[in-house]
Amino acid sequence: MNQFWIAVIAIIVAPIIGGLLAGIDRKITARLQGRWGPPIIQPFYDLFKLFGKSRIATSRMQLVWIYGYLVFMITCLVFLVLKLDILLLVFLLGFAGVCFVLGGFSCKSPYSHFGANRELLQMLSYEPVLLLTALGIYAQNGSFMISEIFNRPEPLLASLWPIFIALLVILTIKLRKSPFDISTSHHAHQELVKGIMTEYSGPYYALIQLTEWYEIVLLLGIIALFWANPLWVGILIALAAFVLELFIDNIAARMTAGWMVRFSWAIGLVLCILNIAYLYLMKGVS
Amino acid sequence: MGIIHTSRIKSPWIMHFDNSSCNGCDIEVLACLTPLYDVERFGIVNMGNPKHADVLVITGPVNYRTARVLKNLYAQVPDPKMVIAVGTCACSGGVFHNCYNILGGVDKVVPVDVYVPGCAARPEAIIDGVVLALQKLAKAQGVAK
Repeated sequence: MNQFWIAVIAIIVAPIIGGLLAGIDRKITARLQGRWGPPIIQPFYDLFKLFGKSRIATSRMQLVWIYGYLVFMITCLVFLVLKLDILLLVFLLGFAGVCFVLGGFSCKSPYSHFGANRELLQMLSYEPVLLLTALGIYAQNGSFMISEIFNRPEPLLASLWPIFIALLVILTIKLRKSPFDISTSHHAHQELVKGIMTEYSGPYYALIQLTEWYEIVLLLGIIALFWANPLWVGILIALAAFVLELFIDNIAARMTAGWMVRFSWAIGLVLCILNIAYLYLMKGVS
Repeated sequence: MGIIHTSRIKSPWIMHFDNSSCNGCDIEVLACLTPLYDVERFGIVNMGNPKHADVLVITGPVNYRTARVLKNLYAQVPDPKMVIAVGTCACSGGVFHNCYNILGGVDKVVPVDVYVPGCAARPEAIIDGVVLALQKLAKAQGVAK
C-alpha cells in the first residue's frame, strides 16, 4: 500500500515539476537571448488553454497512440520511483517512443510523416545507448534493480562516467534540443511546420506536452541515479545537466539526421562499450 | 472553468499569414518577435501551424487566389480563435482596392475581430491589436476587468 501511494504522488507531482522546468527553460533561453521572457508558470497557461480548445482530430488511431504514449511514459516513471527493473524501464521508454511515431504515421499529412521518419532516426540513435546504460549498471551492480543502486555506498558516476557522458548526449536528443531537434522543435518550426506534432491540436497537443513534462522528470531522474547516495547530490547533478542542455540548445544550430545518428553512435556507443568492457576486464582480474 | 479562461488570455499563440502585400507589414510583424519588442513575455509565440494557433495575424489585401487559402487556414484554427487584420491593405484593400484581381480587405473572406491600420503598421500598434483582441475575447467570456 505504501508503494501505491508513492506511485500516486509521483504521478501527480512529476508534471508540476516538469512544467516548472519547462518554464525555467523558456526563461533562461530568453535571458540568454537578451529578452525578458515569459513568466515561469507560462507552460501551465499554455497547457490549460490547449485543454480548453475545441477538439479536432484528423484520424482516430492517432488519439489511441497518443494515449499510449502518455500511459507508457507514466509507467516508466512509476518504475523509477518504485525502484524496479531499469532494463524494463528502457524497454517501456522504447514502447512510448514507438507509440509516438505510430501516432505521427497514422494521418496523411506529409509533415507528420517527415517528423515521424525523423523521430524513428532519433530512436535509432538513442535506444542502443539507453540499453547499454542499463547493461553498464548491471555490470557494476550485478543486478538490474534500481533499488540495488541505492544500496551501494559509492556512486555509479565514479566507475560509469563514460556512460554518463553518452547519456548527456542522449538527453539532448530526447529533449529535442538543438543540434538534435530534427523531428520537431519548440520554436523554429518553419522548416517542417511542427514536424511530428503538426496534426495534433487542442487537448491532444496538450497531452503531448504533458507527456514531455513526464519525460523531462524521468530522464533527469535516471541521471540522478548516477549519484544515488545521497540523492540530493544526484538531483543537483541532474539540474546542472538540464542547464547545460539549455546552453547547448542556445549555442548550437540544427544538424542533419544522418549526422545525429553518426555522432550519437560514434560517441555514445563507443564510450558505453569501452566502459562495459573495462568493467568486465577489471572484474576478471580481481 | 476559470483557469481555462484566464489561460486563454495569458497565452495567445499567433499565426502569421500574408495574402498579397508589399511585405512591409510582414517585416513589422516579425519585428514584434525580435528581442527588442519581445512579445514572448506576454505569452505570445509565433506558430507556423494553424492547428496550434489562437490568433490569426493577416496582412495584405485578399486576391482571388489567396481567398481560398485564407478560408482553409481559418477553418483549421480550433475555436476559440481571433482574427487581426494588420495594415491598411488588410483592413480595406488600401491602395490596391481597385485592382482587377483584388477582393478587398480580409473581412470580405473571414470575420475580423480587430483592425490595425497603418502603412506599414508599427510593431507597437500590432502588439496593441493583439491586446485588444484578447480584451474582446475576455469580454465575450465574461472575465473582463
